[in-house]
Amino acid sequence: MEKAIMQKGRAPEEESATELAKEIKPGDTILDLVHVCRDFDKVKVIKDVSLQIKKDEFFTLVGPSGSGKTTILKMLAGMDQPTSGDIVLGGKSISTVPPDKRPTCMVFQFLALFPHMTVGENIEFPMKVKGIPGDKRCDRAYELMQLVSLPESYYKKNVMKCSGGERQRVAIARALAYDPEILLFDEPLSAIDAKLRKTLQKELKELHARSGKTFIYITHSLEEAMYMSDRVGVLCNGQLKQVGTPSEIYNHPVSRFVASFIGDTNIFKVGMTAAGSWACEDFPGMQIKVAPHGDDRDGYLVVRPENLRVMYEGAVPADNVISCHVRNAYSMGSRIQYQLMSGKKEIMLELTPRHDHGIKPGDTISLGWNADDAIFVTE
Amino acid sequence: MESDSKAASAVKKAGAFGQWLRDVVQTQGGRCAIPVYILLLLGFIAPLVMVLAFAFATPRTFTAFTSFTLENFIHIFDGSSSVLMSYVWALAFAALATAILTVVCYPVAVGMVRIFGRRCSMVISVLFCFPLFVSENVRLYGWILFFMKNGILDGTLKMLGGAGPDILYTPGMILFGICYTYLPYMLFPIVLGVALVPQDLLTAARDLGASRFRTWREIELPLAMPGVLIGMLITFVLAAGAISESKILGGQSVVVITNDIDIALTYSQNWPQGSAMAVVLMIVIAAVTLYAFKKIDLEKILGR
Repeated sequence: MEKAIMQKGRAPEEESATELAKEIKPGDTILDLVHVCRDFDKVKVIKDVSLQIKKDEFFTLVGPSGSGKTTILKMLAGMDQPTSGDIVLGGKSISTVPPDKRPTCMVFQFLALFPHMTVGENIEFPMKVKGIPGDKRCDRAYELMQLVSLPESYYKKNVMKCSGGERQRVAIARALAYDPEILLFDEPLSAIDAKLRKTLQKELKELHARSGKTFIYITHSLEEAMYMSDRVGVLCNGQLKQVGTPSEIYNHPVSRFVASFIGDTNIFKVGMTAAGSWACEDFPGMQIKVAPHGDDRDGYLVVRPENLRVMYEGAVPADNVISCHVRNAYSMGSRIQYQLMSGKKEIMLELTPRHDHGIKPGDTISLGWNADDAIFVTE
Repeated sequence: MESDSKAASAVKKAGAFGQWLRDVVQTQGGRCAIPVYILLLLGFIAPLVMVLAFAFATPRTFTAFTSFTLENFIHIFDGSSSVLMSYVWALAFAALATAILTVVCYPVAVGMVRIFGRRCSMVISVLFCFPLFVSENVRLYGWILFFMKNGILDGTLKMLGGAGPDILYTPGMILFGICYTYLPYMLFPIVLGVALVPQDLLTAARDLGASRFRTWREIELPLAMPGVLIGMLITFVLAAGAISESKILGGQSVVVITNDIDIALTYSQNWPQGSAMAVVLMIVIAAVTLYAFKKIDLEKILGR
């Protein structure tokens, strides 16, 4: 304790942010955002975001466009500063530390590769700036190229002659060459076609495990976020709505926004009519069974399409049963999604092709769900 | 049969030129370009051919194509005249003006792109061309009024109890005039070059640990280089051919080669001599620019 204070008192300026970051143990908080706000001309873009990011984790910030995720990333990289609040790294504020003095490195959305350099020169650039001698640089560049699965022959290739996926790998290798503790990703996969994107997502997750660095990723695709991340933060209008593991966010969303942002879902507005008795305006005259949750306010029931069951003859009874008219069926390969109407309310149902009960558009069927399969949220 | 083979051999003989000629006549694009070809032929190639022809004609005659002599060229290089010195002055002014303008215009261009953005800065650099609407000679005489004894500068300073510098009609003044006249020609291509450098790359370089200077040296400058090179080329060629600056602001304190050519073609009525001097000037400028472009690997700079 005393020693820590002495060290702190001795030279807070001398110890660079990079060294601080290296001393933090895996699993401990590396970055701490404390009530961070950012205004642009009095428009509040980031509203009081507090967040701890652990060392070695793959953290993804996800939100629709305009939610402020890029602004947060820029503040982490040092290209922007919070209007109020603080960004703390290993107990030291880094809010005003310039990008070249931070242990962070960004992989840009459009990669920002240097077009007048070869693949090798691009990867060696951060090492050259640090003053690492030529042969060492070259060895490390080959190592990194191997790490991101680029063939050795690419060392002398013009970077503009590489394909989209290859450029992606060059950009990641270049960021790793800076040897940052934290890698920031600004939607680098958004401009890549779906099939390659899946491959690169897998590679990125593997790379995260192999490199032992902290990855902070931003994307507007929740699917991408869930696929790769250890933890996900959902951002909306500059506010952090929920932070948790992908399964926590999927199974226990805190609001309608989070629930509907993560995959297609059914949302029913419900209100309490008497103690323990609930009604939904979409299904007049019907009493809805809601799992006890100790809150008597009006709210919403979130029912995932795969949690709805078709009530064929002899099926196990469900807590809530509604009658629906089938309008359309969309095949998604491994699943079939049905668009149904119950009165004026549109309902989504998902089944696997082997258990589709022969449902066709035009049919009228009964759908049921148990109280435990629905999630109750108040906002 | 025979005529066919004859035609085939004729086509072979004509080779690339024949292919080009057929493209011109047979394709729609080629036919549309015919007026341009005629204009180029009459307005550009023909005068050059005439200059070249006169350069080899007997001195002080007015007929080309009838005689062939190297006398005009020998006169330039034999040291009996001050012509060689005129070449040195012209090239020195051009080289100095190019160097000065590069150093002056680059920061201006960067500032403009940063402040006004990519698109606007190009429009604003057009404003720098407005002085070109006024005749060059009128503008240069304006500078005379500014710098002359009891002129704007001298008179004002005298009122304040000092005295203006006596710099009119000196080589330095000629250099100033050249820099002043050709500034827009340097600025516009550099603005274009700087505006084409993606801001992302500069941010990325800074993020990868490069200092401001390093970022400028290794990323911004190489990527803006095509614009800078074009600016330098245009300025150098124009400045080497400048004449009014030395005549008006220099007051014949030094004679540049264009001045010699002008005198030969007008006052001394020696067209072959003037033509020979013009031919040498063209060769020198072409050599210098080709050498410069060979030294600098454009492909590598452009990176594509």
